[in-house]
Amino acid sequence: MRTKILNLIEEDCKLTAKDIAAMLGETEEAVAAEIAAMEKERVICGYTTIVDWDKTDEEYVTAIIELRVTPQRGEGFDKIANRIVNYPEVDTVYLMSGGYDFAVIVKGKTMKEVALFVANKLAPMEAVVGTATHFVLKKYKEHGVGITNVTKSERLAVMP
Amino acid sequence: MRNPLSKTIVQIKPSGIRKFFDIVSEMPDAISLGVGEPDFDTPWHVRDEGIYALEKGRTFYTSNSGLKELREEICKYYSRKFQADYDPIHECLITVGGSEGIDIALRAMLDPGDEVIIPEPCYVSYLPCVELTYGVPVHIPLKAENEFRLTAEELEAAITDKTKLVILPFPNNPTGAIMEREDLEKVAKVIMDHDLYVLSDEIYAELSYKDKHVSIASLPGMRDRTIVINGFSKAYAMTGWRLGYALAPQIICEQMTKIHQFAIMCAPTNSQYAAIDAIKNGDKDIEMMVQAYDQRRRFLLQTFKEMGLPCFEPYGAFYVFPCIKQFGMTSDEFALELLKKEKVAVVPGTAFGDCGEGYLRISYAYSIEELKEAIGRIRHFIDTL
Repeated sequence: MRTKILNLIEEDCKLTAKDIAAMLGETEEAVAAEIAAMEKERVICGYTTIVDWDKTDEEYVTAIIELRVTPQRGEGFDKIANRIVNYPEVDTVYLMSGGYDFAVIVKGKTMKEVALFVANKLAPMEAVVGTATHFVLKKYKEHGVGITNVTKSERLAVMP
Repeated sequence: MRNPLSKTIVQIKPSGIRKFFDIVSEMPDAISLGVGEPDFDTPWHVRDEGIYALEKGRTFYTSNSGLKELREEICKYYSRKFQADYDPIHECLITVGGSEGIDIALRAMLDPGDEVIIPEPCYVSYLPCVELTYGVPVHIPLKAENEFRLTAEELEAAITDKTKLVILPFPNNPTGAIMEREDLEKVAKVIMDHDLYVLSDEIYAELSYKDKHVSIASLPGMRDRTIVINGFSKAYAMTGWRLGYALAPQIICEQMTKIHQFAIMCAPTNSQYAAIDAIKNGDKDIEMMVQAYDQRRRFLLQTFKEMGLPCFEPYGAFYVFPCIKQFGMTSDEFALELLKKEKVAVVPGTAFGDCGEGYLRISYAYSIEELKEAIGRIRHFIDTL
């Protein structure tokens, strides 16, 4: 039941326990209990909203920063990562295979703000040996949802 | 001027759905639960293959029967999924949707006066197609207490000396009814006893939510009596590609191919190339869609139960067929009032045969969000009755 619940609410977290129970043929209580358990175990880590900020008056900028670091003896990459995640400017941190070590997604108001954050906070960290900052120009798809090219269905209203 | 029209075609009633469609299309803000096609887009890898075929300049006719590779894949698929074996060279024909298959199978098999048994409620095209061949339709009104399945007794009672063919439309549009193995075994015995043929319309075969669909062609002795109609529209969300197929014993398939050759030439080439990819690599897509339909189906049934709207549990296709007899209105009246007052379109059961009176066809080829909104309005409508 866990996977089924997760698949449903990963798509739409606004589904109620009652809806999910009906869809899966379970009881509402069982579904609610399972969700509560998963929240407690942090299988479900939070609920969020996909926002197209371009449609608002807010100024915002997103950047993907490649970090190359020297892993530390006995601690590997985790110690560095755990420092990076503490900055509220940092949205996402991934350890990567390939040409660099961490992908850090940073959100800020302006390019300057993000650039200064990288220059003042990330780059000077002891283990960091290099950074490359890429600003996002346009979002086409996020969390499996198309941002720009949403078309209306052309199905006819009534068909045999 | 002389009357330009054929008497045969003039006396055929237009589809009851068409009338309803005309009303709905005047109401741009209506929510429709009246659609008979998937809400999913064709899987991207299939569309990609169609685009690729165009880029490669695959814009010519194929052979009349269709691409050999596609026919081979279809026969493999039928053997793998439904244990029914047909020869891709002589017993498989690619058609323009399942509907063409129905039409030409009837034309290939019927002489004037031959009786064709049509269980109702059912899809709208069997009856006119039989009439166009001067065959005689014999209806069996299926019963709610049998979950709209066809029983051997009902079939036996409808058979006369002139009966030639039985149409078996399961999983069923509009009721969502299925026929399980034991149901089919009983019906198959009657069919063999009376030396009849079966046109098994299995277009919704993949959309079965209880056990896997059983094709009557897979039962002992039935292969040589069965014309299977299927296609890509429902299983792979490919309605607009217009691609179906018929599997039939060689002697029948040859004559069907002859009609197809003169009337159609061949199914769209581009669609055929895309379909090869669908049937080879589409199992995962089907699984995803079936799971979503099943969740919506359960959701609707649960909601109806709470509303006190009686509905048998349908295990196939993407329709539910609730009963509205308790409200003292005909299906037509109910559907029209619902449309006028709450702007929700559903299809009256009578569009699928007279015995659909007292029922509505509600499609769940919609997102849960849309279903919730529409059902909320139906609930409100019922509360005000």
